[in-house]
Amino acid sequence: MLDIVIRIALLCCSLAMLGLIYRVIKGPAIPDRVIALDAVGVNLVAITALISIVLHSSAFLEIILLIGILAFIGTIAFAKYLEKGVIIERDSHR
Amino acid sequence: MNVTVIVNFLIGFFILAGAILCLIATFGVIRLPDVYTRNHAASKAATLGVMSILLGTFLYFYSFEGHFNSRLILGIVFLFMTSPISGHLINRAAYNSGVKLWDRSVRDDLKEYQKKLHEE
Repeated sequence: MLDIVIRIALLCCSLAMLGLIYRVIKGPAIPDRVIALDAVGVNLVAITALISIVLHSSAFLEIILLIGILAFIGTIAFAKYLEKGVIIERDSHR
Repeated sequence: MNVTVIVNFLIGFFILAGAILCLIATFGVIRLPDVYTRNHAASKAATLGVMSILLGTFLYFYSFEGHFNSRLILGIVFLFMTSPISGHLINRAAYNSGVKLWDRSVRDDLKEYQKKLHEE
């Protein structure tokens, strides 16, 4: 019973990622695409957790933290680039 | 009706609710008319769904495999902290880089505030 529930959840998450990829391709402005990419990263965390249940192994659970941190840093870098034009500001006083 | 059945039901409920919340968040991202409303869907509903799925996974590993996995708790806390921050930053960047609001939105408080700040 739990097996079927987990398969249905995997199907839902995959459909969600397909819809987000539609928004990444079509999105009219750049912030739309960044929002959709951030949501793809968050959905990837969910798919990793469900796959680790299906395979009965806890080896993938470190990857969850890694994907979360990478999605966060990528979104912050995109936001800073859109707002200021640079990612790393150089100190101009020296 | 023993403990295993109840734990099974809890795990299934958390995972299924999280997956359906992810699907609803995607529906919002596709259908809503504006960058700001889309961010509203993506950064709240998807975060709640993924946190629920991670809680179900934690319960599964705690009850069936028998080990307390602290990295999943850390992942839940990290996602809960960082997702609103990234949503707010993207919204601020979109507003400052000049993305228009939906033409039927009725109120823009930040524009009046910035105009007043500019006049002083």
